[in-house]
Amino acid sequence: MRLSATSAAACIPAAAAIPAALSVQGLRKQYGPLLAVDEVSFSVPRGQIVGLLGPNGAGKTSTINMILGILQPTSGNISIEGLDLASRRSEALAHTNFAAVYASLPGNLTVRQNLRFFALLYDVADCGGRIEQLLEEFELRALADTRCGLLSSGEQTRLALAKALLNQPRLLLLDEPTASLDPSAADLIRRRIRAMARERRCGILWTSHNMYEVQSTCDRVLFLSHGRVLLEGDPRRLPVEHGATTLEELFIRLTREPLGSDAADAADTIAPESRRGISS
Amino acid sequence: MRPVAAIVLRQYYLMRGNPTRILPIVAWVAIDMVLWGFLARYLDSVNGQRINFIGNLLGAVLFWDLFTRIMQGVTLAFFEDVWSRNFVNVFATPLLISEYLCGLVITAILTSLVGLAVMLLLATIVFGLSFLSLGLLLLPYLLLLFLFGIALGVLACAMVLRLGPVSEWLVWPIPALLAPFAGVFYPLSTLPTWMRAVSHALPPAYLFESMRAVLAHHPTRPEGLAIGIALALLDLVLACWLFSHVHRSAVRSGLLARYSAESAV
Repeated sequence: MRLSATSAAACIPAAAAIPAALSVQGLRKQYGPLLAVDEVSFSVPRGQIVGLLGPNGAGKTSTINMILGILQPTSGNISIEGLDLASRRSEALAHTNFAAVYASLPGNLTVRQNLRFFALLYDVADCGGRIEQLLEEFELRALADTRCGLLSSGEQTRLALAKALLNQPRLLLLDEPTASLDPSAADLIRRRIRAMARERRCGILWTSHNMYEVQSTCDRVLFLSHGRVLLEGDPRRLPVEHGATTLEELFIRLTREPLGSDAADAADTIAPESRRGISS
Repeated sequence: MRPVAAIVLRQYYLMRGNPTRILPIVAWVAIDMVLWGFLARYLDSVNGQRINFIGNLLGAVLFWDLFTRIMQGVTLAFFEDVWSRNFVNVFATPLLISEYLCGLVITAILTSLVGLAVMLLLATIVFGLSFLSLGLLLLPYLLLLFLFGIALGVLACAMVLRLGPVSEWLVWPIPALLAPFAGVFYPLSTLPTWMRAVSHALPPAYLFESMRAVLAHHPTRPEGLAIGIALALLDLVLACWLFSHVHRSAVRSGLLARYSAESAV
C-alpha cells in the first residue's frame, strides 16, 4: 500500500501488522442506472487525516454513508480496524463515530441528555465521567442543560464533535465539520482535530469545500468526481505537481474537466504517480 | 442492554422535558372512561340490569384504549426519530435493530401502564367496575393486548419507514378501522359472515368474546383465548421480521440515509 510522506513518518516497524483505521476496496454504489460510487479504493491509516474532496454529487456523502453502515454498497469491501463492516457491523461501528452538517442532534434534548443518549448507544464505559470530560474540553459546560435546538451553529458543531468523540473512535468521519463556523471558531476546531489525530492515533476522513482548510489540515487528499477517485496525494504538493498555483485552482480545473464521457479519460491528463486511488 | 436503555431514556427525557407528551397518555383514556362510564350508567338505569352495561361497555373501552395506547406507545417513540430526523445518528451506531425495537417496546409498555393505572382508577372509583371479577383471566387478557398492540405498533413503524414520514397519518386510524371487526362492543355473531372471517384473524376479538361470556356468567372457551394469544404472538414475530426487512431494504436502496420530512416513496 502506498503511503504519503507524512504518514510514512508516522509509521513504526511494528505498525506493519496494525490494520488501518479504515480500508475501502472496490467500493461501488449503483442507484438504478446511476452509478454514484465507482470502484473507489483507499485507506485511512491511524493518526492520519485524509481529505475526501469533490464537487457536489461526486459521491462523497454516499461513500461516507456506506462507511457508516447506513447505505449498503452494491459491491466492494469496507473494513474498520480490520473488522469487516458487512459481517461484523456492530463491532466495526463501535470503533467509529462521525459528525456531519446534515445530521444534527435532536433539538428537543439538552446537550447533556444528547451526550448521555449517544454514550449509551455506543456503550461508553464510565459515560458520566466521559461526558463531563467532553463538556469541559469543548467548552459546553455552561450549555449542558440547554436544548440543542437553541444552540448557535458554532455551539452545535462543538456538540457534534463532542458526540463524535464519546467512544474515543479509532475512525472519525467528519463531513464538512466547519461549514457553519466563523474563521476563528473553525481554526480552533481544526487545531483540536489535528491534535486528536496525533495524540489519540485516530484515523480521520474529512470532507470539506474549503481548500485552505484541507491544505492546512489533511495529510492526504482524494479527489472524487463522478463517483471515482481521480487524484490522490499530499494537498501541499499536488497543485505544483499538476501545474496549478493553489489547491482551489486544481479543484476547479478537475471539476470543470469534460468528464461526461468517461472519468478515466480525464484522469489520463493527470500525472500517473498521483492518479486513481491507492496502488497496492 | 445499554443501547436498549438509551432508547428508553431518550423517551423519558422527552416526557420530562415537555408535559404535552404525558397528557395524551392519560387525557384521552380518562375522557373515554368518563364518557362511556356515564353512558353505561344511563343504559343500566333504563335497562333494568338485564345486561351489565357498566361491565360490558366500560370493560370493552378500557381494553380497547389500552391496546391503542400500547400501539401508539411504540409508534410515538419511533416518530420521535422521524420528527427529529435522527435516523442517520441512531442507525450509524453499533445499535442492533432488535435492540432498537426492544427499546421502543419497553417504552410503550411503561407508558401504557401509566394509562392503564389511570383507567383502572377511574373505572373502579367513579363507576364501581371491579376488574378483579375477571379473576385470573385478566392476565391472559393483558398479555394478548400487549402482544397485539406491540405487533401493530411495530408494523406501523415498518410502514412509515417504507412509505416516508407523511404516511404517519395512515397510522392513527388503524385502531378505529379494526374496532368494528374486533367486536369490541358487540358479539361476533352480530357481524355478517365475511366480517366474522376477518374477526377470527384479530386476537382482540377472542378477548372480547371471552370477556362478554365471563360477565354474562356463561362458560368461557379457554382455547379461544389461547388461539388469540398465539395469533398475537405470530403477528409480533411477523411485524418484527417485516420491520427488519424494510430496514435492510432502506439501507440497500439509500432510503434510510436520505430519509427526510418529505415523502420517501
